[in-house]
Amino acid sequence: MKLELRGITKRFGSLVANDRISLTVEPGEIHALLGENGAGKSTLMNVLYGLYRADEGEILLDDEVQHFSGPGDAMAAGIGMVHQHFMLIPVFTVAENVMLGNESTGFAGTLDLDAARARVKEISERFGFHVDPDALVEDLPVGVQQRVEIIKALSRDAELLVFDEPTAVLTPQETDELMEIMRQLREAGKAIVFITHKLREVRAVADKITVIRLGKVVGEAEPTASNAELAAMMVGRPVELVVHKGPPKLGEEVFVVKDLRVVNATGHVQVDGISFSIRAGEVLAVAGVQGNGQTELTEAILGLQDHVTGSVRLDGKELLGRSVRQVLDAGVGFIPEDRQEDGLVGNMTIAENLMLNRSFHLPFVRRGSLQIDKLRAFAQEKLQQYDVRARDIDTACGNLSGGNQQKVVVARELSRDLRLLVAAQPTRGVDVGSIEFIHKQVVATRDSGVPVLVVSTELDEVVALADRIMVLYRGRVVGIVPGDTPREQLGLMMTGERPKDLEGDVA
Amino acid sequence: MSALTDPTSTGASPAPAATTGEVVTLVSRKTPVVLGVLTVGLALILLLQPESGDTTLRLARETDIFQLPDLTLPTMPTAWALTVVCALLTGESVRRYLAKKRTPMWLVSIFAVAWMTGFLVWAAVGETLPVVGLLAGSLALAVPLVFGALGGVLGERAGVVNIAIDGQLLFGAFAAAVVSSMTGSPWPGLLAAAVAGALVALVLGLFAISYFVDQIIVGVVLNVLVIGITSFMFSQVLAPNAADLNTSARFKVVPIPVLGDIPLIGPILFRQTPVVYLLYIAVAVVTFALYRTRWGLRVRAVGEHPMAADTVGIKVNRTRYRTILIAGAVAGLGGAFYTLVSVPQFNREMTGGAGYIALAAVIFGKWDPIRATLAALLFGFASNLQGVLSVIGSNVPSQFMLMLPYVVTIFAVAGLVGRSRPPAADGVPYRPQ
Repeated sequence: MKLELRGITKRFGSLVANDRISLTVEPGEIHALLGENGAGKSTLMNVLYGLYRADEGEILLDDEVQHFSGPGDAMAAGIGMVHQHFMLIPVFTVAENVMLGNESTGFAGTLDLDAARARVKEISERFGFHVDPDALVEDLPVGVQQRVEIIKALSRDAELLVFDEPTAVLTPQETDELMEIMRQLREAGKAIVFITHKLREVRAVADKITVIRLGKVVGEAEPTASNAELAAMMVGRPVELVVHKGPPKLGEEVFVVKDLRVVNATGHVQVDGISFSIRAGEVLAVAGVQGNGQTELTEAILGLQDHVTGSVRLDGKELLGRSVRQVLDAGVGFIPEDRQEDGLVGNMTIAENLMLNRSFHLPFVRRGSLQIDKLRAFAQEKLQQYDVRARDIDTACGNLSGGNQQKVVVARELSRDLRLLVAAQPTRGVDVGSIEFIHKQVVATRDSGVPVLVVSTELDEVVALADRIMVLYRGRVVGIVPGDTPREQLGLMMTGERPKDLEGDVA
Repeated sequence: MSALTDPTSTGASPAPAATTGEVVTLVSRKTPVVLGVLTVGLALILLLQPESGDTTLRLARETDIFQLPDLTLPTMPTAWALTVVCALLTGESVRRYLAKKRTPMWLVSIFAVAWMTGFLVWAAVGETLPVVGLLAGSLALAVPLVFGALGGVLGERAGVVNIAIDGQLLFGAFAAAVVSSMTGSPWPGLLAAAVAGALVALVLGLFAISYFVDQIIVGVVLNVLVIGITSFMFSQVLAPNAADLNTSARFKVVPIPVLGDIPLIGPILFRQTPVVYLLYIAVAVVTFALYRTRWGLRVRAVGEHPMAADTVGIKVNRTRYRTILIAGAVAGLGGAFYTLVSVPQFNREMTGGAGYIALAAVIFGKWDPIRATLAALLFGFASNLQGVLSVIGSNVPSQFMLMLPYVVTIFAVAGLVGRSRPPAADGVPYRPQ
């Protein structure tokens, strides 16, 4: 099936998310849509899928104009979507998820689960997916959940498949498998739209590349284009793809974690006996696919987890068992992985957010009342220093872009006397310009003699920042390796495989 | 909302799988401690206020074909024996806690029966305790609660918190009284009750689904509104014309042949009014529909992850409307019980907050129709116990007994439920883009 988009425009209020975008995808072709977070790729695909109504422009399938009033219409027309945030119901089984909305029924509307199981098995076997139709989706690894999404689309005879940032949650190996699946689907004659901001993947699999910036198509490229060329098109200016940092000036081992074990509320062991240490002036980066215990590790250090055993020592003092406030007062700075959930109060102003971790005492609070003048002066200064692009310090943080929100969090955490910085996913969902800035700040913190723990699921970020790399898999340490370890080896370790030549470095 | 960068963030993201695959049983102290406190409490009652005499348990009614003989027990020895049983069960629970194992449900159930029997034997010393009457009465009192809880389960499974259960019960009771008075037959009244309940649900849906108003607030306001309307109509219209408008035709008890003659169970379950039989059917139908039909799958999908349902072409808000209308009708049927079975007329605020107890049953029953029904039956038992004990003249102060149903509710919901997981999108309005 051939897809043609003509002059699609979508506005949210005064914001133009898609500005006259035109695009053609032929059957048997993988068409990559490349652009930064917030460039308008997902909006475009949601227009295509009937979730948004376009303000202008038209969608053509095999040269016929389509009018979708909802995803049901798009699906019926043969469009299948593999969403970035999986559209699966965690408490349903695979078969139930696949049949939902398209159920075959028996007497009096009873569900025909056998038919659904058979369908899952049939598709699963044809493409070698190995998915158990009776497994609960929430028990499956993300890579398998994604295959369920693909099965869902295929079970409705989709001819055009849209993959929206499909590799964000996958290991390098799972990513390779997904690429293979996409090629297989291409051979089967499906048209494929592949949305991503990762250059390497585009070049590996795409037949054609369309680059989008700020809601507009800025050009097309061949898969043979270099990384630097593609990045420049994506961002609109030449980009530094590497972080400049000198060799570390190592000090004492000031942060020591021993046998850390974290059990979550349902009794699942999330972190299982992790031990490591960081020296002053060193960045230890934690690599691993999302959901392998990184969140629990950082939260346990902060005192946000309930069932924790082991020891976490900073400057020789035990942090476990202390309240979050005591941990912060011990000099721990924390950039949480989800700034909107844990980092900021969206309805509060930039100035108010900047004092959130210092709401107990001077300089901003005196005998229970806020020192507004001091706070304003402080906020004004930080706004400049951290290059937060906002109208003024009274702007609500919720109205800022992702990059600027993250800069507010970074400014707050770095403007205290730190003894340790814990940065979880410091640049997730942040534009390239802000990434450069935040990376510089992290390196500067390291160079001021503070131990830094960086958690990232982006291998690029890990490699860019780390002096040493700790790889986590299923809550355990696979190994701690030097920062210049080749990516292939890191990728392998992220699947739990411990290289043979790595000896005794687990501790 | 950052609609541009992340239009899909409204849904629950997939929970990461258990990291190491290893699962540790986290045992809470709660169960052994509660069991221990209850056992000690019972022992203290027996020690501080020992009674001498016998307690008679009547296991049949005069009208039964098979007459089970009365059971006469020596009060103190029986009560002490049951206290020892409770103590042993507590010991077992403690042992399991120390071995890091959970206390199983059957243990708690046996404990509850033993403790309750021990307490009743002591409380009814020198009297005859009508066991059949106690249990049959519990079922009767639980009828509106069960209907209400079913309505609550349906609504919340679709993602709409139905605080307005009480309003639906009350409006159902009102409509049933008026319509059956006018027609002289209970059946049109029953139908009117369902329509009235659905009407309240329609208003709830209008605000909660179409206009995204906070569902808790709308629900509470609706309850107050229904109280206001029915009280006004009662004093202005019903009271002056009581003979024409507020003298409802009641349902009669219809014993089911054979089943009704089973000793003990028969009189409790199968010599009831048609409303109770309708209740059995409703529980079965709701359970089946929710778990085994296409409709149920879609309702649950809409309550768990509306965005996912939308992306497979399910009309989320239409599904929610349809579900809460059915939920309102079911709750309205429960209201009919007040005026078509209990008493032959409508009275101001006659539900007495039963809708809120039904809501508690929904939570206690973990949003499952069968469990919610059992929870509602438990609350019904607590209410009826209070009545029975004051009638037979027990040595427990009546004020304390009046507290009982509510104390049971609070304990049930606050402490003893364990971990329960509501539908993920419960109470969250869905805005189609």
